[in-house]
Amino acid sequence: MAEAGQVHTDYVIALGQSWVMLAYLIAGVCFILALRGLSNPESSRRGNTTGMLGMAIAVVTTLATHEIASLPEILGAMVIGGGIGLVTARKIQMTAMPQLVAAFHSLVGMAAVLVGLAAYLNPMAFGIGIRVTPIAAPSFATIMPVSRVEMALGVAIGAITFSGSVIAFLKLNGNMSGKPILLPLRHVINLGTLGAILVLIALFEQNQSPLFFGLIVGLSFAIGFLLIIPIGGADMPVVISMLNSYSGWAAAAMGFTLHNSAMIITGALVGSSGAILSYIMCRAMNRSFISVIAGGFGAVASSGEAAAIDRPYKRGSAEDAAFLMAQADQVIIVPGYGMAVSQAQHALREMADLLKSKGVRVKYAIHPVAGRMPGHMNVLLAEANVPYDDVFELEDINSEFAQTDVAFVIGANDVTNPAAKTDKSSPIYGMPVLDVEKARTVLFVKRSMGGVGYAGVDNELFYRDNTMMLLADAKKMVEEIVKSLG
Amino acid sequence: MDFISILSIFVLACFVGYYVVWSVTPALHTPLMSVTNAISSVIIVGALIAAAAAEVPGSKWLGLAAVALASVNIFGGFAVTQRMLSMYKKRERKDG
Repeated sequence: MAEAGQVHTDYVIALGQSWVMLAYLIAGVCFILALRGLSNPESSRRGNTTGMLGMAIAVVTTLATHEIASLPEILGAMVIGGGIGLVTARKIQMTAMPQLVAAFHSLVGMAAVLVGLAAYLNPMAFGIGIRVTPIAAPSFATIMPVSRVEMALGVAIGAITFSGSVIAFLKLNGNMSGKPILLPLRHVINLGTLGAILVLIALFEQNQSPLFFGLIVGLSFAIGFLLIIPIGGADMPVVISMLNSYSGWAAAAMGFTLHNSAMIITGALVGSSGAILSYIMCRAMNRSFISVIAGGFGAVASSGEAAAIDRPYKRGSAEDAAFLMAQADQVIIVPGYGMAVSQAQHALREMADLLKSKGVRVKYAIHPVAGRMPGHMNVLLAEANVPYDDVFELEDINSEFAQTDVAFVIGANDVTNPAAKTDKSSPIYGMPVLDVEKARTVLFVKRSMGGVGYAGVDNELFYRDNTMMLLADAKKMVEEIVKSLG
Repeated sequence: MDFISILSIFVLACFVGYYVVWSVTPALHTPLMSVTNAISSVIIVGALIAAAAAEVPGSKWLGLAAVALASVNIFGGFAVTQRMLSMYKKRERKDG
């Protein structure tokens, strides 16, 4: 009976194979269109729906073309997972998006590891095994050597994605200090571990031993952990993009194992997406990818803090700020992560609305690395109902500061530091910055004069003649300005 | 499919990815990340194959666990992307 079922299934699969492949291809195309939609906010929502459609096609095709031993169990797993996902997606605060994305990356990584282990235990189900029947022993399946390499790579990248993302999550969520943790000889340890993983994959290709496979998994978990702990909080936008990329490569490797075009296309898309975002983030900080990965940036921050300099600066009140901005023709607001931390975005939008009602032009300038992940500030402003056509990228607005009356810097620091243009000894030298100092007046909202930015450098902007420091919590300060304007 | 056909799909998809991602507006980089996260959970295909086959129990349970993890990502990833994208609004005409 079971034999007949097997034959029937094989027959159906052979008959429907080209349809199945076509379905996966369509799913892959849907995913491409989902990303294509993101070229502008209008088409993005349709793009996201197309992505969901692609996923539905992939899932239904898989379920329809495999003999399923127990559908309720599978649906149960999907309902539990899906429920957790939906509730999380609804409840999560927009400020916590970086942590959420890191957590999601870790799940993709873990799923890849589990799928790899499952494929190792049951290669016949995945179509990568060859049944061997010795005369005097129970039959067993060997995995094709090519598939061994592919699945070993998939599992290794998945494991690195998992443990790396867990560390990134803990750092972003504040469970772990953002300060880099530097082990002695870490470069030797890391390169050694990576080398060992590659050697083990080569050995695994020769011999399908559980020992090799287990070691690959174990060492990959370890290297993911070791790679991320030395990377400081300032570099988190790069790390999170990089892990995004890894999760894609893990999916692609699994796609190679399963000969599945939807997985391969998706993996390539996600892999290149993460890689490009990492590149954009590195460029925005004028750092090389290698130096970010090598880690340690921000480790010397404490020395800068100790040298809290007693230089004269101008301090202003909320009334002064309100007066200056109400008189202005144009105000450019420069938000940074500090704005997100104090949840000032809603008050800020209220302030901008009041200014607009007084005939002031208000624009927002966003540095690519403002916030903890690419595009983070844009989402927070969108959440506060700031229209996206008021929000400008660095290269589009930088020339406007010279014709601007007031630059309102809130919760940003390093990305406005003129030292990046002039001081060759500064750690941030060469980083593209917003030319806020060219505005007639700079209003700088900051909690206190003591702290330094993420990069651990003092900002000479504070002591300029045209700068007025507004020392208070960002949200309170903006609320007071709103009161004075009203 | 032989290895070369698969590799061809992969390489071409990398190029498609390169051009498509550069065309994404920087304002949508966070949704880009969450949606790529959701679609990379297409790895659920592998998880379903493992979970559907019953002959090796260990493999089945690993598959089911992977189905659950990938589902968190699929539903969570698309939902949070949708939530973010619904917040992006154009300026109202009157103050233009």
